Order: sequence, then structure tokens, then C-alpha cells
Amino acid sequence: MPARARPTSPHLEIYRWQIGNSLSILHRITGALLALGLIALCYWWVALAGGPDSYATAGAVFGNPLGLLVLIGWTFAFLFHLLNGVRHLFWDAGRGFERGQRHASGWAAVIGAAVLTLGAWLWIWRHLS
Amino acid sequence: MSLRSPLGKVLGMGSAKDGTGHWWAQRVTAVALVPLTLWFVLSLLTLPGLDYDTVRAWASLTRTGFLCSLLVAVLAYHSYLGTSVIVEDYVPSAGPKIIWLLLLRFAYVLSGGACIFAILRVAFGYGAA
Repeated sequence: MPARARPTSPHLEIYRWQIGNSLSILHRITGALLALGLIALCYWWVALAGGPDSYATAGAVFGNPLGLLVLIGWTFAFLFHLLNGVRHLFWDAGRGFERGQRHASGWAAVIGAAVLTLGAWLWIWRHLS
Repeated sequence: MSLRSPLGKVLGMGSAKDGTGHWWAQRVTAVALVPLTLWFVLSLLTLPGLDYDTVRAWASLTRTGFLCSLLVAVLAYHSYLGTSVIVEDYVPSAGPKIIWLLLLRFAYVLSGGACIFAILRVAFGYGAA
């Protein structure tokens, strides 16, 4: 029997890409990356508890160019997940659903995270390196 | 006539076999993580340096040991809730899904437990000074 063209539900590719779905996906991606960051945090604490030698090893793991790049990525992931998480909590409280509010809070979360990441690393560069 | 069993009717949870516990736990831990993570990041950034002696002195403070233990416990729980949803969404068949969820649980308890043990070890003054 020949296959009949059944009606299908609209799938991902027919929707226009926009800020709402982009940030939803980014929230999940940053969450997954932060799960890996938690393992790094655990390693850092175990290294600190181990004494000066293991702490120096951790410093070498995080302090090289690649390690710093990953740390900067985790900083953005943390700040975006934090800001977008607060956005979600407002929605859970029933607020901020209007079109303009959704777009403004979305852009605020992603731009705010980028600006704060830059600020944090300028601070680290000026005061802690 | 209802086709639902008396037990199913009483529990009222439908085919998901789960209530809103996961959703609530995710939100409550999210709210708790706002002050905990901000405190952790800001207290590290305002240290005079990130060398071993400075960080170890900060880590030996009572409030550091207490708040960092709470932070890691809540963070691991929140992260487990989030990553388990990712597994549930993208691993379609039941067998691998259960194995993945169990592996996640073991990984979080192992890394979180090791981290809290390290935090307490420093807080109680064990290991190299």
C-alpha cells in the first residue's frame, strides 16, 4: 500500500529563529557546561585541601591560556544561567510575559552576562594576577 | 466508569508517575543558589590574591567552610536535577536512560562528597598548613 501523506505537526525547521528559543537553548547548554564546571570546582577544592603542591598543579591546569579560555567561558555560562534563571523565576511568579518584556529581559540577560564577564576578568587581570 | 485503578486515582499523578516535586526542587535550589554563588564568587574576587596562603587562610574561616559546604550540596542537587532532564529528553530507550541516570547520580554524589570532604578538611585544619 502506498504511503499516504498524513498531516504532520509543525517541526523545528518551520519556525523563525528568535530570541526566545535561542536563549532557551542557550540556558540548557550553559547548564550542561556548568555541570562540568562543578567537577572543576570539586577538583580545585580537593587540590587546595591536598596542600601547596597539588594547589600549584591546579594553578597550572587553570592558569595556562587554554585553561583561562575555559574559565572565561564558564564565567559567561554562570552569569547567563544566573540572569536567565532569575528571568525564569519571574515567569514562574506569573510576571514578565508580555512580548516587549520577554524580549527586553532576554537581551538584558545575554548582554548583561557578556558585560559582567568582561568586567569580572578585567577585575581579575587588574587585582588578582 | 473509570479505567484507573483505585491506587492510581488516589495518587493522582497520571502516567508520569511523578508529581511536581522535581519542578519545585529545581526552583527552590535555584533561589538558594543566587545568594550562595554570588557570595562565593565575590569573596574569591575580593581576596588580595589567589596564592596558596591567601586562599587557604580564607578557606579556613568558619563561614567559608559552612557556606561552601552548603553551596556544593545545593549546586550538586540543582545540577543533577537539570542534567537528568537532559538525559530524559535525549535518551529515548528505557534501558540506557536508567543507566545514564544512575551514572549521573553516582557522579554527583562522588564529586560532591569529595568536594565537601575537602572543604571540611581545610575548615577543621587538617593537612598541610
